[in-house]
Amino acid sequence: MTLIGWSQILSFFALLLVLTKPLGAYLFRVFEGDTQPLPRVLGPVERVLLRLTGAADRREQTWLEYSGALLAFSVVGMVILYGLQRAQHLLPLNPQGLGAVGPELAFNTAASFVANTNWQSYAGESTMSYLTQMVGLAWQNFVSAAAGLGVALALARGFTRRPGPEGAKTLGNFWVDVTRATLYVLLPVSFVVALFFVSQGMLQNFAPYHELTTLEGAKQTLAMGPVASQEVIKMLGTNGGGFFNANSAHPFENPTPLTNLVQMLLIFVIPAALTYTYGKMAGDTKQGWVLFSAMSLLFFAGVAAAYAAESQPNAAVASAAVTQDGNMEGKEVRYGVPASALFATVTTDASCGAVNSMHDSFNPLGGLVPLVNMQLGEVIFGGVGAGLYGILIMVVLAVFIAGLMVGRTPEYLGKKIESREMKLAMLYVLIFPLFILGLSAVAAVIPQGVSSLNNAGPHGLTELLYAFTSGTANNGSAFAGLNANTPFWNISLGLAMLGGRFLMIVPALAIAGSMVGKKVVPVGPGTFPTNGALFTGLLVSVVLIVGALTFFPALSLGPIVEHFLAGAGKVY
Amino acid sequence: MSSASSKPASLFDASLLKPALVDSLRKLHPRDVARNPVMFVVWAGSILTTVLVVKDLVSPRTDGAPLWFTVSVTLWLWFTVLFANFAEAVAEGRGKAQAGALRKMRKDTTARRLANGVEERVPAPDLRKGDLVVCEAGDLIPGDGEVVEGIASVDESAITGESAPVIRESGGDRSAVTGGTKVLSDRIVVRIAVNPGESFLDRMIGLVEGAARQKTPNEVALHILLVGLTVVFLLACVSLVPLALYSGVPLSGTAVVALLVCLIPTTIGGLLSAIGIAGMDRLLRKNVLAMSGRAVEAAGDVDTLLLDKTGTITLGNRMATELLPMPGIRMEDLAEAAQLASMADETPEGRSIVTLVKDTYKMRPRELAAHHATFVPFTAQTRMSGCDLSEPQPRSIRKGAVDAIVKHVQAQGGAVPAELATVSGRIGDAGGTPLAVADGARLLGIVHLKDVVKGGIKERFDRFRAMGIRTVMITGDNPRTAAAIAREAGVDDFLAEATPEAKLALIRTEQGKGKLVAMTGDGTNDAPALAQADVGVAMNTGTQAAKEAGNMVDLDSNPTKLLEVVEVGKQLLMTRGTLTTFSIANDVAKYFAILPALFMGVFPQIAPLNVMRLTSPFSAILAAVIFNALIIIALIPLALRGVRYRPLGAAALLRRSLLIYGVGGVIVPFIGIKAIDVLLTTVGLA
Repeated sequence: MTLIGWSQILSFFALLLVLTKPLGAYLFRVFEGDTQPLPRVLGPVERVLLRLTGAADRREQTWLEYSGALLAFSVVGMVILYGLQRAQHLLPLNPQGLGAVGPELAFNTAASFVANTNWQSYAGESTMSYLTQMVGLAWQNFVSAAAGLGVALALARGFTRRPGPEGAKTLGNFWVDVTRATLYVLLPVSFVVALFFVSQGMLQNFAPYHELTTLEGAKQTLAMGPVASQEVIKMLGTNGGGFFNANSAHPFENPTPLTNLVQMLLIFVIPAALTYTYGKMAGDTKQGWVLFSAMSLLFFAGVAAAYAAESQPNAAVASAAVTQDGNMEGKEVRYGVPASALFATVTTDASCGAVNSMHDSFNPLGGLVPLVNMQLGEVIFGGVGAGLYGILIMVVLAVFIAGLMVGRTPEYLGKKIESREMKLAMLYVLIFPLFILGLSAVAAVIPQGVSSLNNAGPHGLTELLYAFTSGTANNGSAFAGLNANTPFWNISLGLAMLGGRFLMIVPALAIAGSMVGKKVVPVGPGTFPTNGALFTGLLVSVVLIVGALTFFPALSLGPIVEHFLAGAGKVY
Repeated sequence: MSSASSKPASLFDASLLKPALVDSLRKLHPRDVARNPVMFVVWAGSILTTVLVVKDLVSPRTDGAPLWFTVSVTLWLWFTVLFANFAEAVAEGRGKAQAGALRKMRKDTTARRLANGVEERVPAPDLRKGDLVVCEAGDLIPGDGEVVEGIASVDESAITGESAPVIRESGGDRSAVTGGTKVLSDRIVVRIAVNPGESFLDRMIGLVEGAARQKTPNEVALHILLVGLTVVFLLACVSLVPLALYSGVPLSGTAVVALLVCLIPTTIGGLLSAIGIAGMDRLLRKNVLAMSGRAVEAAGDVDTLLLDKTGTITLGNRMATELLPMPGIRMEDLAEAAQLASMADETPEGRSIVTLVKDTYKMRPRELAAHHATFVPFTAQTRMSGCDLSEPQPRSIRKGAVDAIVKHVQAQGGAVPAELATVSGRIGDAGGTPLAVADGARLLGIVHLKDVVKGGIKERFDRFRAMGIRTVMITGDNPRTAAAIAREAGVDDFLAEATPEAKLALIRTEQGKGKLVAMTGDGTNDAPALAQADVGVAMNTGTQAAKEAGNMVDLDSNPTKLLEVVEVGKQLLMTRGTLTTFSIANDVAKYFAILPALFMGVFPQIAPLNVMRLTSPFSAILAAVIFNALIIIALIPLALRGVRYRPLGAAALLRRSLLIYGVGGVIVPFIGIKAIDVLLTTVGLA
């Protein structure tokens, strides 16, 4: 590790810290304020869009109505995206004449983009037409992020709303939240930053691919396309699905160290800002900063571990006569070890899944970090919205244990946490082990699973575990080394992504529904503060304990064993 | 009860242990085990490994785990279940012992039922609600009820442990009698208030036996957490088998079951019901009878406590503390007159005046007879008392409420000094009651009667405050007096000139703010407020109506007993919370013991993960299982006694608990498992 490396990491975090409060305050104004920004320009657009969804009256919804709207919206989106892929050869904007996408792959991709995962069992440049990418995939990149944001807002409203004497039942309106998230947040940022990306050399065209002859005389196809316009939302919406197969390692998709930095900031900026928005909603910004601090602690632990691990030489090439300055296998020279380790941490902390280096080529412990980041529940800033509602579920668990320990019925922001909330929170927690461990266990022993692995031994197990973790956690990053475009993998991963998204959103919204009407107990000396360092520590411990205890056995057979074997000179 | 409250029974009473051991075996029945999902998993795992043992015995294998290992793990898994059963049995046993003592009291008495004015003898269990029974000196009262006729002294020691007899009379707030208590003198007619099986004694027996025990809300929530964790670990362990298969690691069924049992929260799962039963039991030892566990838990959450002033915060009676002569009047004259006016006054106030004059002004009480005095008693009309003397000269001395004396003096043409209003106003402000003294038409001065705040009460309120509970004093006094007493006693707030409606309104307002309100009371007019409060503690001396309205009865009739109730409620939650934390924290060490042991055969390179340097894979797994079982036994005393509550404020309390049970919970098993492993190695088992 070097000083330069750490200064890159620290300056990234400093920029994030600077952006958190202003963007958080802006989000608060957009979603909870009486007037939205630019009322004369965007106001009419909002009204038209809401009339289209039938929510022109902006009537508030109960948790059931909110979930119903979200599920219906997602189902329709998934069907459209599936149809678009199946029929792309008949549709315009397909200069390469790419054929229809196969049914399993189309299902997997539709599930993936609707679930804000962007797992890609395909290579974009050789599978998806420009129309599919722009109308199908990019559309979902916007609205799936907006929907996640809506869930987070609904849960936040559930915790922070102060019910009147007649109680409260509603959590806001899904259509209003999604429309505003897209219109006031995602679209403007995407537009402005896309221009900046183009200035840095990113592609933005509809040109057919170039056929080139290289210096050695070999033929090479240079893929083209409207990259910049998709790239911002890929990051900002924590989607991560690359235009090209190489994702953010591709020079046309992430040309300079500066775009690399901006891309990482785009990943973290909304999840980080949402903690501040949440604090404002709670009427105590410290409540938000506690979440921010807990996330930051976990982030630094991850990035330090990944950076340290990747600064070690790669055991696989130890025999070759090369001088290793850290593990550079599978990394872009223009980023180097620190920016690659940082990117890997950021993209897996938040459920983005874009990559600028090959996680498969990381040292075993370096690859362990992204895996653990996802298994902790995508709560280290996490996905857009998903990070906030994920950490709030962890807060429920932390508050429950802490509440018992101080001899009082647990309460959070003055609202009691009772058996119904515990039941829902445990349902939420169970989804991860159920899908990740359950599907990994199946894939590890059936030929359809094992035959897709490129490596044997613990490394192969890590590839398999990583795939289901990435899918269930809605991250979408690939460890690579796995041929996922087979019927078994496409369908099982598709189900993991849908389960990891919607089976977790519904309990989260149900908790919001049961919390919103609860009476608020005024804070007294008997209630322990949830806005201080002690609670931050407790929250971090709960996140670590829940995640680590669940996955430690599986991890120990994967990267952990591999690490010790590599130490003994045995590599896979 | 008296024996239970006076001598704290040792945690493991020898006479209780034997039935508990038998019970823990009986509780192996699937029906009993199924009630606790966490222990059910252990139970099922034990059966599975037992089958494996039998299989190994029938067809011995050479490649699998050695027989001694499978047998030892199986035995210790069974012990784990038994230890959990034992914890519950011990807790129940303590209740049963008390219930036995109570049941002895419920002798089959014969009641003298009044039917149409005629007395008939019927067995007590035949009495129904509304029946009238006659009880005379020496009779046991056949059932709970209300005195409708007569007055009697009753020995209630069987219920309260208090040996001094109490007076029970018809009408008023002392009309309730309890079945099983004994009439010592006189004759009363009692209207039976409950049907057989619903009496106070019956409910008490049901509660201590755990028959009426329902899971409290927080217990249910915790249960869900534990079940959820168990499922998580079940998934982790079951999925490990195919993952290991992929990796070429053969896992023995015994080892996987051992891992599972060590990971699931058996410590708290095994002790959870014992904690609940012991909590109710602890409350009973403090002579508080809670009608439900829910009420005890609610007590731990109380935000506001309403207390009656009289008898709770202050001693029941006002005391004279000072004499204040009017200008131109000698102190001796006032003292003498005050003393004379009170000589025959048997009220506590009157006696306190005599005592004050004797002690402070060194004037011996005089024989009224020597003065040929006639005592003039207090009446509601005159609102004065005093005496008339005929020698040496006729004098008429009066003391009484200031306005009454003023009228009395003015009626005789006397002057009222301007000082009077100032002095009496000042006394009122200080929370006292001014009493004017007049000799004929001459107004001599004022006696300062003061409410005396009970000793130690301020400290108790400080303790409440430290717990985060706001205390509100309820009094019929005027606001000025109330404010002064509130200040002196250290309560946070007061409700002056309180009527039953005002009390009820106050409770509703507090509850409207989301607060949990506790209140103590005894009178019939307290009943609506007791019923409205989240925690209503009725005094055992109170009326039947009050007792039925509340959800707890304090057998000692001590209003500040609520402090102990709150502590027990908090202890219950804390014990559960800390043991849960401990249980989960233990898993870290267990992973480090068992996982390397499982994989070391195939991947010897992971030896560094065996941080405890345990001797062999088998000793490592066995040591973890043994530790897991023994920790249940080791924590039974803590579960029964409860974690000590300290009113430190929530943040400090949490920090402390996290340090002891969280950090300690991570460290202790590392030491324990290592020690057991060393022991196993020493005795040559591994």
